Amino acid sequence: MSALRIPGKGRVDHAQPVRFTFDGKSYQGLAGDTLASALLANGVHLVGRSFKYHRPRGVVSAGSEEPNALVGVSRGSGREEPNTRATMQEVYDGLAAVSQNRWPCLHFDAGAGADVLHRLLPAGFYYKTFLWPKRFWDRVYEPLIRRAAGLGVAPSEPDADSYASRYAHCDVLVVGGGPAGIAAALAAARSGARVILADEQAEIGGSLLAETGARIDGQPAWDWLAAARAELEGMANVRLLPRTTAIGYYHQNMVGLAERVTDHLAAPPQHAPRERMWRVRAGQVVLAQGAIERPLVFHGNDRPGVMLAGAARTYLHRYGVKVGERAVVVTSHDSAWQTAFDLADAGVSVAAIADVRAEVDSALLAGAQQRGIEILLGHTVTGTSGRLRINAVTLAAAELVATAAGRVLRCDVLLMSGGWTPSLHLFSHTQGRLAWDEASQSFLPGERTEDCHIAGAGRGLWGLGAALADGAAMGAAAARAAGFSPDMSAPTVEGDPAGSGVTTTELPGNRAAHNTRAFVDFQNDVTAKDIRLAVHEGMRSIEHVKRYTTTGMATDQGKLAGMNALAIAAETLGAPLPAVGLTTFRPPYTPTTFGAFAGYHQGETFDVTRKTPIDPWAEASGAVFEPVSLWRRARYFPKPGEDMHAAVARECRATRSAVGMMDASTLGKIEVVGPDAAEFLNRMYTNPFTRLGVGRCRYGVLLGEDGFIRDDGVIGRLAADRFHVTTTTGGAPRVLNMMEDYLQTEWPDLRVWLTSTTEQWVTVALNGPNARRLLEPLVEGQALTDEAFPHMSVSECRVAGFSARLFRVSFTGEMGFEVNVPARHGLELWELLAAAGQEHGLCVYGTEAMHVLRAEKGFIIVGQDSDGTVTPDDAGLGWAIGRRKSDFVGKRSLARPDLVARNRKQLVGLVTHDPRTVLEEGAQIVEDPNQPLPMTMIGHVTSSYWSEALGRSIALALVEGGRMRMGDMLYLPMPEGTHSARVTGTVFYDPQGERLSA
Amino acid sequence: MLLIHCPYCAATLPELEFAYAGEAHIARPADPSTFSDEQWRDFLFIRTNARGLHFERWRHVHGCGRFFNAVRDTVSDKFLTTYKAGEPKPELEALLKAAGKDAAE
Ligand SMILES: [Zn+2]
Repeated sequence: MSALRIPGKGRVDHAQPVRFTFDGKSYQGLAGDTLASALLANGVHLVGRSFKYHRPRGVVSAGSEEPNALVGVSRGSGREEPNTRATMQEVYDGLAAVSQNRWPCLHFDAGAGADVLHRLLPAGFYYKTFLWPKRFWDRVYEPLIRRAAGLGVAPSEPDADSYASRYAHCDVLVVGGGPAGIAAALAAARSGARVILADEQAEIGGSLLAETGARIDGQPAWDWLAAARAELEGMANVRLLPRTTAIGYYHQNMVGLAERVTDHLAAPPQHAPRERMWRVRAGQVVLAQGAIERPLVFHGNDRPGVMLAGAARTYLHRYGVKVGERAVVVTSHDSAWQTAFDLADAGVSVAAIADVRAEVDSALLAGAQQRGIEILLGHTVTGTSGRLRINAVTLAAAELVATAAGRVLRCDVLLMSGGWTPSLHLFSHTQGRLAWDEASQSFLPGERTEDCHIAGAGRGLWGLGAALADGAAMGAAAARAAGFSPDMSAPTVEGDPAGSGVTTTELPGNRAAHNTRAFVDFQNDVTAKDIRLAVHEGMRSIEHVKRYTTTGMATDQGKLAGMNALAIAAETLGAPLPAVGLTTFRPPYTPTTFGAFAGYHQGETFDVTRKTPIDPWAEASGAVFEPVSLWRRARYFPKPGEDMHAAVARECRATRSAVGMMDASTLGKIEVVGPDAAEFLNRMYTNPFTRLGVGRCRYGVLLGEDGFIRDDGVIGRLAADRFHVTTTTGGAPRVLNMMEDYLQTEWPDLRVWLTSTTEQWVTVALNGPNARRLLEPLVEGQALTDEAFPHMSVSECRVAGFSARLFRVSFTGEMGFEVNVPARHGLELWELLAAAGQEHGLCVYGTEAMHVLRAEKGFIIVGQDSDGTVTPDDAGLGWAIGRRKSDFVGKRSLARPDLVARNRKQLVGLVTHDPRTVLEEGAQIVEDPNQPLPMTMIGHVTSSYWSEALGRSIALALVEGGRMRMGDMLYLPMPEGTHSARVTGTVFYDPQGERLSA
Repeated sequence: MLLIHCPYCAATLPELEFAYAGEAHIARPADPSTFSDEQWRDFLFIRTNARGLHFERWRHVHGCGRFFNAVRDTVSDKFLTTYKAGEPKPELEALLKAAGKDAAE
């Protein structure tokens, strides 16, 4: 057992030692330790190197505000977590932690050269130092800086852990389980309210966990805490969530709670989630987040061994750890005196208490004298020494600092306190106003926007008694607001130390400004000099100072740095502190894993995968799939030994020469029904629908009101008042939403009903010269001759015994049919057709062959050949506009000056000079490949394939004034060389359309 | 996450069930062909972009499917009221007074 661990003291389990490693070296800790307390018990202060200057850094705090002690923790591949705060990570047997941002090792770091060169790296250095020579930025400076700067290393393997998420509701949510939070939870819970109490620490208790002197309701503080926790645990209306950080406070009292479920366990249960995100909707919220101690700003304040006084007290009382053997305390607040007393009482030699104030409470002076601690009032720190750990501090009287040499006191820890900042981060998330309080020199909660109550130190109250009383009052107020009748009694406290203090800026020193390294933001390596420089260079608002210096922009969001930075900026500006403003806190309160946010949405459950009833058949047949919106569609069906090119070529050949079958079930389908259905479609689509005969289909183009193509599809009329509308696969929800919008809000007088039927039908497309021969024997109730059932017909009949909607349509240019049967019969029909098709040379094809076949015919795919700025005329679909219609959605826009301008991009065909060259989709097109850079781009390739039918490549492209350029040669500069291609029409195959009835 | 009152369902439900649908009370003209290019441009593209109270449309897309109107404060994000499509714009003065009274209670 280390001499720094006090036997039997603290809340750690002295009977349960655990072994862990730090940078490969094995150490012993105790169950209940954090990594920080266990390292400190072993005399280890040096835990990392700083972000920018690679300066040695040690543990500063005992909580989630820790800026320095960031380590990497690993449980093996895929379970590596960088930037873990050693002050929050609980030790367990086998914990493996490593320090960060050092090379080759923590004790000797090559990057520390940056510290010597710090004068070259002032605030905003990346905006000015590296501007010359210009070419050096991306080749030399930036890669160097990137390598040198940074914190932990991002894991390279996928996260192997699982994460959970849950919704919860309660009457009163209490955030923070310190004295105020516990009192609030008790008051609310006793009235019957459903209460959730969340606290980020492993143990609920907050500052009570480090409180050994005071008595509450006549009991020692820890006995009262145990009783209070037992009472809360015993109530069915209370949920206690330790290890749970309230990360964000969202609208209408929704609070996000990130619970760490297994990070503290040596052997996590196999299926336990690592973290659980709670989304709590609370009737009332009590914020009891306490206050965070402020560091003091002086030269050398970042040396390992310099830490917050309150943290030293927590390590002593909660973990039974002396943070050093010989301490000096420097403070502007009474609270650090109590730390000095407690350390002295525990056997630590306290060399001196230096207080920046000229006068302090006489009881404190007496306490110091009684313990033989030297008192230095009105004193400042002028420097510290020690390479990897402080070994001495120099103190001087503030008024003599410039002239007198200071006194050097040897020490191995320097404990500092610059007072306390109320934690109002979550309150800030609600856009709640913060008001500057001159008396306490802090920002306190002002006007509220949510049903929340701020209790205890969070609203500037000092001391245990005040926190308990205020917590009880706020808990009662919350319960009352939630409709309960709480009792108004607060615990009584004896032995509550008083505390007051002053706010300081940088302490007076005796060094030249350029040689002073007084850190404000430890994590981002920002000094007081940097803040002053930013002000001198013209930054006036704290938001600008923040961005220029990066103070407060590290992962701790400036929890320690914020107020010091603001005070120094205000002093430099000569402005009152509140006039300089306060930076905005944003969620999350502390760094939160992506896993916690993702919850169940990872891997296969990341998003919905929609599958058609034919999907199992496709999978069994070895299909290669591709995602199309949320659908998974078969792209091609390779035979053994075939690559994609060979498979697609075969599928195309078979379809053009015999018959191809494709699962088209993903096509969006909307049933449009009602006496005004035809009128409604007439108004929605560009094409005329009122005179479309029953049993006939029409290709429809849907525009936005801006005149651009939104969707297309075939619409069949089944009865005077019933239409079967198809949409693109991805567009179905958008189209239905748009139809509903117009129907509900623009034309509520129309008697029309819309129903999504996409998943009610399985759609099997049969295309090819043998399609009719295959289908004919299976169809009852409809003759399939060209006379009885010409191209663009629809019929309700029976196919293979199933009631069906049969369309004669073609997206390939071949004779084509689409058989729709109720989804439950789809697979049976498919298998029946596959078997019956054998004698007709049937081949199943996927989306890739479908794309090739339609491109050979110049049929567009909305969203591929159009991009939201394409009109029907641009796409060569001018024929689909009902010119005689007085109105339809988008019609007026087709006359907008921009939409009738000459030289709009128009869809054309491209054939490459070399028929084997298949252009890249998205490739840019120029007129003259020899023009100077940057070239003028006149369009781009939208679709490009190898055409098996033509024995060459084909492409569709949107080109400025494209239809005026027929026969012109255009150029496509690509990394591998410039391609040339001739402009053609968009129909490459069977331009007369003779094959539709072949 | 906001809670939104659907005036058709008469229920206050999580924002997840709803979809925003742009500014409210912009009616499509009965005969767009009578609109000048400038009038049509304004109809298509020009929006209030209010800082403060804003009339806007929402759809209870994962519920009853109805479009409805709302008055919402774009600074605080808070809804002051929701009402059925086709109903007249509510009086802002009265709404603000009612909201103020609620806050004071
Ligand atoms: Zn509804």
